[in-house]
Order: sequence, then C-alpha cells, then structure tokens
Amino acid sequence: MSQTASSHAELDPCKALPFPMAVLPVLRNPLLRKNVAHAIDVIQAKRGKLVAEKTDWQELRAAASAIRAHALENLGAYLEQFEERCTVAGGTVHWAADADEARRIILDLLRQEKASEVIKIKTMTSAEIQLNPFLEANGVSAFETDLAEIILQLGEQEPSHIVVPALHVNRSQVREIFARRMGLKNLSDDPKELTNAARTYLRQKFLSIPTAISGANFLIAETGSVAVVESEGNGRMCLTLPRTMITLAGIEKVLPRFQDLEVMLQLLARSATGERMNPYTSLWTGVTAGDGPQSFHVVLLDNGRSSILAKPRQRQTLKCIRCAACMNACPVYRQTGGHAYGSVYPGPIGAILTPQLMRMKYARSLPYASSLCGACYEVCPVKINIPEVLLELRAQVVNQERREGDRLFDPMYMGLRIANLLFSRAWLFHAAQRLGRIGLGLFTRKDGWIHSLPSIGAKWTQTRDLRGLPDESFHEWWAKRPQPDEEAL
Amino acid sequence: MRASLFITCYNDTLYPETGRAVVRLLERLGVDVDFHPQQTCCGQMHANTGFRSEAFSQAKRFVRLYQEAETVVIPSSSCVAMMRDQYPGLFEELGNEELRRQYAALLPRVFELSEFLIDRLGVEDVGASFPHRVTYHASCHGVRALHLGERPYRLLAKVRGLALAPLANVDRCCGFGGTFSVKNAEVSSAMLAVKLQDVIATGAEYCTALDNSCLMHLGGAMHRQYAGMKTIHLAEILASTEDAPAEATL
Repeated sequence: MSQTASSHAELDPCKALPFPMAVLPVLRNPLLRKNVAHAIDVIQAKRGKLVAEKTDWQELRAAASAIRAHALENLGAYLEQFEERCTVAGGTVHWAADADEARRIILDLLRQEKASEVIKIKTMTSAEIQLNPFLEANGVSAFETDLAEIILQLGEQEPSHIVVPALHVNRSQVREIFARRMGLKNLSDDPKELTNAARTYLRQKFLSIPTAISGANFLIAETGSVAVVESEGNGRMCLTLPRTMITLAGIEKVLPRFQDLEVMLQLLARSATGERMNPYTSLWTGVTAGDGPQSFHVVLLDNGRSSILAKPRQRQTLKCIRCAACMNACPVYRQTGGHAYGSVYPGPIGAILTPQLMRMKYARSLPYASSLCGACYEVCPVKINIPEVLLELRAQVVNQERREGDRLFDPMYMGLRIANLLFSRAWLFHAAQRLGRIGLGLFTRKDGWIHSLPSIGAKWTQTRDLRGLPDESFHEWWAKRPQPDEEAL
Repeated sequence: MRASLFITCYNDTLYPETGRAVVRLLERLGVDVDFHPQQTCCGQMHANTGFRSEAFSQAKRFVRLYQEAETVVIPSSSCVAMMRDQYPGLFEELGNEELRRQYAALLPRVFELSEFLIDRLGVEDVGASFPHRVTYHASCHGVRALHLGERPYRLLAKVRGLALAPLANVDRCCGFGGTFSVKNAEVSSAMLAVKLQDVIATGAEYCTALDNSCLMHLGGAMHRQYAGMKTIHLAEILASTEDAPAEATL
C-alpha cells in the first residue's frame, strides 16, 4: 500500500473525529502535505493569473452574488418553474427530502431499468448521500468515470477536495493504484501512459453500461435545463451514450435565467481550475428523440438545505457554486488537506456547510477549523462571507454547549467567563494583571521568557515561547506620567 | 488634534512598549494624546470564540467610554476590524437602537494607527530612524478587513536607515487566529512553521506588523527556535529616532 494516511478517512460527519484530532496523523505525513501544498500552489498560481486579466472581476462577483441571492430568496418558485419546464421537455423530476429518500428513488429507477451497473459523472452530492456504498449493498455496481474519482475508487480512498478530489495523491501513487487494480505490471508513471490506462478502462464501461448518474453544476429554471462543467470529456460520454440518465442535484443549484450562465461560467472556471473556460460545458434539456438518453430523471435533494435557507444569517452558505477557491486559498486546508474535515465538503465552505447540513448535531468542531484570516471570502466568486458564517455557527455551538452544560469545567470556557468578568470592571482587570504577573512569574525564566505552561497554556508553549509579563502595564506607566492636562475624556 | 488611545487588552498587559511608542510618536507629531484608564478589551476574543453576549458588553463599554472622543487611535488592526465588521451586527442583534446610533456616529473617528497617520494626519515621513533590515508581515485583518494596502509600506519607506526586505507570501496567515492557536494548536503550529520559513528567508533582523497578536505568535517561535530574529510593532519603529532608538534594539 502506498503511504497516504488517508485510505481510511472517515467522511461521515456522524462518525468523524473532531478536527483537532483528525489532523494529527495528517500533519505528520510528509508525502500528503507535500502533495496537497504542491497541487494547491499550482492551482492558485493559475487562478491568480486569470483573475488578474479580468478587469471586471469584482463586478462579476457582485453580479454572481446578486443572482445567487435572488435565486435563493425565490427558491420555491424557481424550483417549481424548473420542474414544469423540465417535465414539458420530457424529463421527470423527483423530490427527495433527505439522503435516504434520494437513495431509494435512485435505486428504484435503476431497478426499473434492470440495471446492475451504472456509470457516474463526478458528483459530490452523491458522495454526500453516500450513494455508491448503498448501491453496492443493493446489488448495483457504480463506476466513477472522472479520472480523479477512478483513482480514488480503485485505490479505495475518499475524496479530499471537491474539484480535484485526488489532490492528495501524486503521480507515482496513481501508478501504483492503476498497476495493482488494472493488472498492468509494467505501467510507468508517465502521465500519457496513465491516461491511456484510464481510457482503456473507461471505454469498456462507456460502451457496455447504458445507465448513468450525474450531478449538476446548475439547474436553469427558465428552460428546465441542466448544466455540467468538466475538464476531461468523460462526463460528456456519460451524458450522450447511455439510454437512461439520472441527475442528482441539491435544491440550491437553481439559476433563474439561461443568461445567468454568462456570469457564472466566467467565474466558475477561473475560480475552480484556473482556466478561462471549462474544456467541456454540457447543457441539456429533457430528452431529444434520437439523440442522447431517452429516459431522463432529476432528483432534487433537500437533505438539510431548506433549514439553512430558513436562517437569514446563514442562508448565504447556499450561494456556493462548488468552485473550491476557498479551500485553495485557505492556509488551514493547505496544511491539512481535506480528509481531516470528516466530510465530503472540506475546507472553509465545508466548515460552514457540513455542520449546517448536520443541523449542528455533528461536525461542531468545524466552525473552529479556521484562523478567520478571510482569504476564503476574498476569493469567493459569489461573495459568501465565510468568516461571518463561521462566527455565527461558533455562537450557536457555544449556546448549545452551554445549554447542555457539558463544557462547564472546560478550561477555555472558564477562562473566557473569567475574562469577561475582568473586562467588565477595569479595577478587576488591573488586579488580575498584577496577579498574573506573580502567577506567570513562577514560570518565567531568567531571560524573561516562559518556555512551558500547564493546562491550556501548554497548547501554546508546545511550539512557542511566551514573553513574560512586563513589570509595568501600559496604564500603570500612563498613570505615573506627568499629566499636563488632567481632564480625561 | 486630540487622539484618544485605545491600547487594547493585550497591549496593555503584554506589550506596553507599543503603547509608549504610540504616545511618543503622536506627541512628536503634535497630537494631544489622552488615555482612558477604564478601557479594557474590544471583545474580539469572545466574539471570535462564539461568546457573543460577552462580546456585547465589551462593545457597549467601548462606545460608552469613547463616544465623545475627537478621534480614537488603535495600534491593532484586528481590534479595529472587530469594531468595523462585528459591532454593527452585535448592536443590531442586541436591538439597542440608541447604542447603534451612537456607534455609527463614532465609527468614522476610529482609526488604526497607519490609517490615522496617513489618512487623518496626512504624514508619511514621521521623522523616524531605524537603521536595520526589516520585513513587514501584512496581517490578515490589516490586509483583508481594513484594506490597509500600501499605507504601512509608505510609512516604512520614509524611515531613515531602514532596509525593507520583501516577504514571500506576505498576506498568508501566520496561524495565530486568537483562540485558534490553542483550540487547533497543531494546525496553528504547522501554519506558523511555514510562515516562519518565509520570514527567516528574508534575512531581516526584525519582523514588524501592525498587530502584536501575530507578532507574539511569530516572536514566540523565533525565541523557541533561536532564530536570531526579533519582532517589533511598527509603532515602535516609527517612534524610534537616532537620539532615542526603539527599546527592542537596546
């Protein structure tokens, strides 16, 4: 087995370890960290160049943000419009309240088709509802066709990024997986050879499996169309060759008008892969006689989304178009990669989306998996103020934990409660400073620095020193200063 | 001109030399500086950790103490960002209309130090001397919340004897993030390690910034690792003259 520390990544938020614990093996894995940082730096450099050439980038962001906000504010009406237009064009729309219902609908459709195998276009939404293991358990083999997804499926690994899901795997690891699973002993790690191996593997699937599952980048209410963007063309094979097509889409993916794509596609490709245009942009509307799938279904998935929509301060989370620019810009993600987030949605967007999809019952450590540096907000093409939502969710976590009383004696909670008491009365704050000088003085070495602290302080001193408290605080110095003007404000 | 100094809780407690430098610098520039001894904290630590009701009370306290001030100067961009980005939401949530109005009137008179010097006083050359090789860390809140842009560089460019060493990935977070540095201490340390590589590679003697919080983080690691570099708040560089050099260099 190749060294990845990720083969057993747990992406079910109900079972995943809290983020600070999940990162530990990752941070000690030099290969994983090198792979992630390298891939991120390449994408970031490409994105930076292409964003810089758009003189109207900020206007585009503002337009996209307005389009998405408008779509969400009128989501019910646009979804019904989409259903109506899609149905008129020969598609069938299904509504799934949760993951379980979506999985059952899809399985029923596959059973109607008597399908025992299905090909898939990369879709994070299907990973969200854990579709593949469910199908497998019910006698349907799902074959991924996106190159990165093939690598993960054959390598029995989990995605660590929403656009480049095998970002944590390098070329020689791909070679190892392909050689082992495709029985190609003499395969080299030359990209051309690897691509050819994947192509041979895929052709056979494309030509023999007449049923496909896709996600959707956008649903167009005005026309009832579905849009999928991709880089390899394998998606287009899935969209054109099969007899039956099932599209799984979150309800938030709706755009009001066809022309909204003009804004979205300019932003999406640049933000996601650092390209001016996606190599393959596929759009289809219902079914067309004699061309492409003759049976077409759309499964609209809620799975917690309408509960997010109901909360005005958090609603912006659903504006996301899944470009992953936030994770590429995130200094936390750059160190950890995606698996530590314990969700198919990692990085800053995952840190706000996952706990909300879990209705704040699980993934409560994720809103804290950020230094609040703001890089995610700066790059977000639809202007989701991720730090603002992180803070909102942190406040909810604290309120929950207070209600449940399970953090009553947590040193940080106690510290913050005491700090509030001190900050509310200056004389107490000043007394605490004097007390702190004595207390920390016990830990301060002759050079004036603290090298080791107990309890929560050890979390600081495990990698950094702390300068000891000075003999005189600023306000003490000020009070001793000759005051020309005694009148304070 | 009269400026009321909001020193911030951790500068008062941990970095009084930064406060002394601000006073010295502003008085040298002819500003009357006053200081309200009842001030404590802006509430950022509480708000950013999810303790909103506690943050309310600090925000209220700030507005009450400073509403009459001609100008407020704060040598910490993250505290200014807290006020600009979070106070309005806090007051709205609190439903306190009077406080919200008082704050809206006060806000345009609240300045981060480099904003005060360049935008309010209109000076770039503050008459400072600091004959050292220095690199500047553009802290996250300074760059992305306050949009300080070229201001710190314009101030540094006019300091006698100072050689500015450019920092690679200048706006990448140092990993401090307040309570993030202890709640996610290991990731924070990993970010710090990467940042420190860039900082040390500049070959500078000092790393400066407009936030002592980042500098505490970087400086703590420099000290632990015997990196042969020190941190210094930009206020201390700007206060430094040939006759009275910065305390950190003594």
